[in-house]
Amino acid sequence: MTEEEKLKRFNALIEQDEKIEPKDWMPDAYRKTVLRQMTQHAHSEVIGMQPEGNWVLRAPTLRAKKILLAKIQDEGGHGLYLYSAAETLGMDRSEMIQQLHEGKAKYSQIFNYPTLNWADIGAIGWLVDGAAIVNQVSLQRTSYGPYSRAMVRICKEESFHQRQGYEIMATMMNGTEAQKEMAQDAMNRWWWPSLMMFGPSDKDSWHTQESMQWKIKRASNDDLRQKFIDKTVDQAYVIGLTVPDKDLKFNETSKHWEIGAINWDEFWNVVKGNGLCNHKRIAHHIKYHNEGQWVRQAVLAYSEKINAMQSATSL
Amino acid sequence: MENKNDQLPLWEVFIQKGGSPFKHEGSIHASDKNMALQNARDIYTRRGEGRLIWVVPSSSIAATTVEEEAEFFDPADDKIYRHPTFYKMPEGAKNI
Repeated sequence: MTEEEKLKRFNALIEQDEKIEPKDWMPDAYRKTVLRQMTQHAHSEVIGMQPEGNWVLRAPTLRAKKILLAKIQDEGGHGLYLYSAAETLGMDRSEMIQQLHEGKAKYSQIFNYPTLNWADIGAIGWLVDGAAIVNQVSLQRTSYGPYSRAMVRICKEESFHQRQGYEIMATMMNGTEAQKEMAQDAMNRWWWPSLMMFGPSDKDSWHTQESMQWKIKRASNDDLRQKFIDKTVDQAYVIGLTVPDKDLKFNETSKHWEIGAINWDEFWNVVKGNGLCNHKRIAHHIKYHNEGQWVRQAVLAYSEKINAMQSATSL
Repeated sequence: MENKNDQLPLWEVFIQKGGSPFKHEGSIHASDKNMALQNARDIYTRRGEGRLIWVVPSSSIAATTVEEEAEFFDPADDKIYRHPTFYKMPEGAKNI
């Protein structure tokens, strides 16, 4: 097949809503974009374990601790599904991790905010995972096969995350004045960063158009953000939380909630590395990755020894 | 940075649920087959997604390629008599 025929076949697959599989021919830019998006997504899952890990030893009950541990284990698993999906495009996982350590690969800006009180764990589950779910449900239909299948699996597991977070918030809003204050404080700090998780406004997002054309992304940043806002504002109201946006209003014609202006300077500042926890998150990852080096070496040495023994006895 | 190529070998994971055939679920990294089985369990069956797991070193899998696809599957392309709809049944014949 000539390059032209290959491109034609690729475009036809996309047009018919078929999946692109690892060994299919694909344009370089498609490969690059999918790989960038998958590794960024994988790194987000893994780095996202840190703000939650901060509360494992201080969870208020054994029930809460068990749930938090299960959730963190899921996030680790989601990172691994996504690293596997990314590996199908031929990049070695060591290289992905190296890019993360060197700041060449990004992860979601949301994980550069600190978790200051227990309600933050509620807010992360409800708002951060809630926003992630809206995005991931849409990505189940992404055109790259392995990415799509990882999303299907992840979506099945995520709804527990959001529900446990909302339960924490609801419980605290039913508690003492101090507990209500903590819940509202967490809401105030996590609301806007959660909205930023969907990425820049469509008019400023240079990746969106190409990604939509190739069906890597199936909905625009602003559409997904609006979907999240409409669901979440009502949920906040049900448990008595105030959305920290004085311009928030319901548009009777469009039937959508309209928000005030998002502070994109804050977003870009955190993306560029100046958030409260950027340095801490990466330093932590590098430290434990390097400290695990001897374990990886030891298990490999052990398996070589066992293999040698087995081939010696089979002679 | 000293983390070049320090990943454990890649394994493919197949899981069986109920009476269905084993199905490819994804891959994991592990140094040997015991670790591969444990990692596959922890990553792919946290919610009872199956009770039997196969793990296979990815390097042991032989696969067809997209380039050879047309030629490789060609023998089956012109044998429509392998399908039941190929045959003309007499008028009035039932349950066949």
